[in-house]
Amino acid sequence: VVGSEATAERPLEAGARQRSLAAAGRGGFPPEGGPPRRPDRWAGVAGRFTLRDRLAQRWFRYGTGLLAGLVVAVTLVVVQQLWVGSQLTWQEWGLSFLTRTEWNPVRGEFGALPFIAGTLLTSLMALAMAVPVSLGIAILLSEYAPQFVREPLIFVVELLAAIPSVVLGLWGIFVLAPLMQSRILPAIAASPLGWLPLFGEPGPGYNLFTASVILAIMIVPIIASLSREVLLAVPRDQKEAALALGSTRWEAVQHVVLAYGRSGIFSAAILGLARALGETMAVTMTIGNRVALTFDYFEPGYSMTAIIANELREAATELHVSALVAIGLVLFCLSFVLNAVARLLVLRLGR
Amino acid sequence: MGSGMTRLWLALGLATTLGFVLAGCAGDAGAADESPRRGAVTLTGAGATFAMPLITLWASEYEPVARDRVNYNSIGSGGGIRAHIDRTVQFAASEAPLNAEQYERAPNTLTLPFTIGTVSIAFNLPGVRELRLTGEVLADIYLGTIRRWNDPRIRSLNTDVELPDRGIVVAHRSDGSGTTFVFADYLSKVSPQWRDRVGVGTALSWPTGIGGNGNEGVAGVIRNNPFSIGYIELSYASNLGMPTAAVRNQTGRFVQPSLEAGTAAAAAAVDRLPAGHERWTQVSFTDAPGETSYPISSFSYFLVYEGLDRLGGDMTAERAESVVRWLEWAVTEGQAHNERVQNASIPPAVQRLNLETLDRITFNGERVRRW
Repeated sequence: VVGSEATAERPLEAGARQRSLAAAGRGGFPPEGGPPRRPDRWAGVAGRFTLRDRLAQRWFRYGTGLLAGLVVAVTLVVVQQLWVGSQLTWQEWGLSFLTRTEWNPVRGEFGALPFIAGTLLTSLMALAMAVPVSLGIAILLSEYAPQFVREPLIFVVELLAAIPSVVLGLWGIFVLAPLMQSRILPAIAASPLGWLPLFGEPGPGYNLFTASVILAIMIVPIIASLSREVLLAVPRDQKEAALALGSTRWEAVQHVVLAYGRSGIFSAAILGLARALGETMAVTMTIGNRVALTFDYFEPGYSMTAIIANELREAATELHVSALVAIGLVLFCLSFVLNAVARLLVLRLGR
Repeated sequence: MGSGMTRLWLALGLATTLGFVLAGCAGDAGAADESPRRGAVTLTGAGATFAMPLITLWASEYEPVARDRVNYNSIGSGGGIRAHIDRTVQFAASEAPLNAEQYERAPNTLTLPFTIGTVSIAFNLPGVRELRLTGEVLADIYLGTIRRWNDPRIRSLNTDVELPDRGIVVAHRSDGSGTTFVFADYLSKVSPQWRDRVGVGTALSWPTGIGGNGNEGVAGVIRNNPFSIGYIELSYASNLGMPTAAVRNQTGRFVQPSLEAGTAAAAAAVDRLPAGHERWTQVSFTDAPGETSYPISSFSYFLVYEGLDRLGGDMTAERAESVVRWLEWAVTEGQAHNERVQNASIPPAVQRLNLETLDRITFNGERVRRW
């Protein structure tokens, strides 16, 4: 793919270079009435160099193309391998694998739905908790905080991003889960939130909710720092115009800054979601690892990454291995679809 | 500017390439220097995580004596069996014997038990240090039919203990594991409901409970949750000082898990063991007879091919001898070290059985063990 693009471009090069050299002489504009063409950023300067330089440049271009192509190739190979490795499962159950709820390695019965549900429930809850917090941090950092608050806070947020997930998982096991069981879950159940159908009877601290909280902690730094970049990019005069029109600072943030950064914040959230979907270690340590289709966040659940991490190593039958690989493929597709949908939304929001 | 950058990148690229080439040469040179001393061989094995501390200890004791080095990769029993089938290791270690399908794919596999794993039932009941359970009650707890600690069936076994009116938090392994296999094997023997509803395997479809990752994960669940119960490898329970339940064996005695009680259970099963070249699929001594036997324990096995020449590659008669000498040391002299890492040693009768098995190993049709 990459090679053919480079070759297709070659016949253009000589002529293009001449023309853009001429254009450069006349102030950098392409000749009027000329055919519209792809701007070649390097074309204007390349003519001045020796043959050796130009060869080097060409090889460099192919090199970068090759490296970029490598990423695409690796992705395709991964998908192909997942597809081949999961054939047994698709032959056995076809697409109904996605909606089956039983997972019994002893009897060779496998279905993906409890894991899909567990992954989506925890990731979405994590997103719901992380976005407001991250936005708060981002707005504080970009609009309100004085220097002496901003610098340490940025440092702390970045530090949070650097904690390895297994360490967060340990913290989940030894601190968060007991706290959930003794304090937090009963408190939520007693509060008005307890009336939500999402929360049932409080039980042990290993459940979908605890895993969601851990995930939220993991994705806050990503969403916060990306959102801050987005908010910093809002043009100053727009904000000042709003203030000049008599709006309060909060109104300016609400109607100008947030509105302007909407699509950027949305993509920051999507990046956070992608991380949450793929997180393995911290989730399997706190989610409770029970195969059950449940929408009660106080119940133990299971995620797609966790079942693969837990069972692949000791999977004894071919079918078991293929079912786990199939889960991997489904996870890949799920991330892909979510990302695609998010990109489309960003495009629409950006308009 | 553009050309400057290009040259910089080119220079970097060249430097990197050169670096790799140089490193490659250096690597070769290093390998040549490190050529093994005459007779010294590096053996490669893979398998059960449970056996890792023991085999690592053995390797460190064995190297000064025999000058052979043993590399062991703890990739799990399943991974070890796969490596054995693919013939990528000289020996594998597994907590479960090969099943029929695996014997088909790895014919002429010899099985040598080298230690005994004991599964303890740890619990967390505030104020309670001693608990007595039977297999049937344990099965019903894990089936979710006994849900509270003051259930009459638990109370009748523990008349002198004040049992709270609280729900039982059940903990099990979430990762596939030999420990789960042994536990389920025992429950299947004592509870028809368990056999029909759940069955035996390294990973199960659990009717109830919370899954912890690894022995340490289950231990964590138990420690953090009052009123919980779970099964963990004996060494974890004793290292963490967790109270364990005494389980009733076939003779009606309640036995605490211990290295000796595990060895006693194995000794009670010796008469029924097959020869090393026969199929071990059905071997299990959970629920073993004998007054001092603990009912939930099992062997861990070395798996090795009868004809070592079939491993191909760099296998030579000399290396084959090294493999056999290592295995012989491990199942005899090495056993003296087992207790240091809380592994039970195999009974003398099983050691004799293993030596007979090692006698079967050949290289190009010739017996390897001629000493």
